[in-house]
Amino acid sequence: MARRDRIAAGSAFVAAAAAAFVLPDWMISLATIALANGLVVLGLIVMWRAGLVSFGQALYYCMGGYAVALLGRWAGVTDAFLLVLVGGLSAAVVSFLVGFLLARYREIFFAMLSLALSMILYGLLVKTESLGSTDGLNVIVPTFLGYAPHREKLLVALYLLVVVVCAAAALLTHAYFRSLAGALAIPVRDNEIRVEFLGMSVSRLIHTKLVISGMLAGIGGALAALAVGHVDPNMSYWTTSGEFVFITILAGAGSVGAAFVGSLAFESVRSFAFAMLPQLWQMLLGSVLLLTILFLPQGLGSLIKRLHWGRGAKAP
Amino acid sequence: MSSLILSVQDLGKRFGSLVAARDITVSVPAQQIVGVIGANGAGKTTFINMITGHVRPTKGTIHFEACDITGLPSRQIKGMGISRSFQVAQIFPSLTVFENMCAAAAIGRAPKTFIGHVRTPMRSRESVTEAETLLELFRIAPYRDSLAGTLPQGIRKLLDIGMALAGSPRLLLLDEPTSGISIEEKFDLMQVVMSALLSRKITVLFVEHDMDIIEGFAERVLAFYDGTVIADGTPATTLADPRVQTLISGPKVRLAAGAGAHV
Repeated sequence: MARRDRIAAGSAFVAAAAAAFVLPDWMISLATIALANGLVVLGLIVMWRAGLVSFGQALYYCMGGYAVALLGRWAGVTDAFLLVLVGGLSAAVVSFLVGFLLARYREIFFAMLSLALSMILYGLLVKTESLGSTDGLNVIVPTFLGYAPHREKLLVALYLLVVVVCAAAALLTHAYFRSLAGALAIPVRDNEIRVEFLGMSVSRLIHTKLVISGMLAGIGGALAALAVGHVDPNMSYWTTSGEFVFITILAGAGSVGAAFVGSLAFESVRSFAFAMLPQLWQMLLGSVLLLTILFLPQGLGSLIKRLHWGRGAKAP
Repeated sequence: MSSLILSVQDLGKRFGSLVAARDITVSVPAQQIVGVIGANGAGKTTFINMITGHVRPTKGTIHFEACDITGLPSRQIKGMGISRSFQVAQIFPSLTVFENMCAAAAIGRAPKTFIGHVRTPMRSRESVTEAETLLELFRIAPYRDSLAGTLPQGIRKLLDIGMALAGSPRLLLLDEPTSGISIEEKFDLMQVVMSALLSRKITVLFVEHDMDIIEGFAERVLAFYDGTVIADGTPATTLADPRVQTLISGPKVRLAAGAGAHV
């Protein structure tokens, strides 16, 4: 099974990278944003497996985006790798700090508290003139280790960067899921008392998950900021978080790949719906989610697993 | 007798104005099998909760192998070698029996650092082997791949106790291992549990209401009443104690004679 997994993951990576030279520009930019958002969804999956749903991932997403914008503006940093790294780390620091509070809460209290925290950032950004207020900030044009592409080449370079970052994140998260700390997500969801009495700190396990998912969301936000070329406070608004939760339900928490498949599917459906039904696109999107919940309760990820191996998408 | 493994001095616990435990002084030598009896609310579970760090005592000290463990958090106490099972089996219902046991084994042998938890795989060869061994030892290997949430009560209990034994604790506290089990099955269940535990040569403290099981399996009995120990000795002497008979077990002889005395 592990070998098949490796082949599937490897061919998906090669196909995604090769697509950069085949697909039209509009599809590449759509896929760039979709994969960047897929990182946020991957972070949600990390928590989802432990029974936690965050309605505030936009906080870290926005942190990552603004870190990139401000670093370019104030320090003149243009290297995409450095920008993305700093975006991820700044979100990780924020999630580590708020984690001391969040790790104590569960269920709806956790969801609402995380939402509240993201709205605090939204409020701060809207009120701060020096950070662009509601207009937001423009993001500098990135360079790649000295390579400074323009227009179509920039588009392809950014897309390839996103693909590489997503592949690395997917591999690391997959390894985490198989580690003791990662695999204990389901025990934590099932019975925290037992986990404690077996000798493991539940709050520390959850805190780790919060930092991992915060960092993933921050990297996603940083990449999205580079791709869009602009950041604004809406990145931290609760509907942004809601959209990530939406995609997570669509994707399912069964596997790492599901996050990216789900996110690509979501962006495609949204673009399609927007083109077909400019007035009713939300309804089409809602119907897709409803059908997914009814017929694929484990998400799109379970469909892939079923096709490939005829086995349930079950966590370790 | 071998050296003392557990030494409890003048232990007490109040919850507000309620005194749940007072003046408990008990020493347990290594490898002894100790039964704990007492009516509901007598302080048996509070006693176990204090030793395992679930409840902080308000008075007194607890020493485990000459280390003071009073008031330490439960996971630290578990790491030192004290493990417990629960009155209501505490398992992971959405995992299989094997995965339950494997999780317990993996936690038991994981390094105690944060990096260690991320670097240790859940299914290392050692933890899989230990999980398989424990399933055999508790005779629940036939249920290996069933979801734990679907198990009958007796198997749940065995799984719960098996998970407590993962990581080779030196002192095991069983809170009512036979609660929720029918009278016909109780003895067989204790037989499986005790033969498994005896093969590991560990010290056991178990809470039990059934006096036949106490007589059958305990080497020593602690009788709790009103938060303290009122009798401590071999099963024969403790169960013959008039206070124990009046307050806890009931006068066995008269019942057998059919006098029908209710105490």
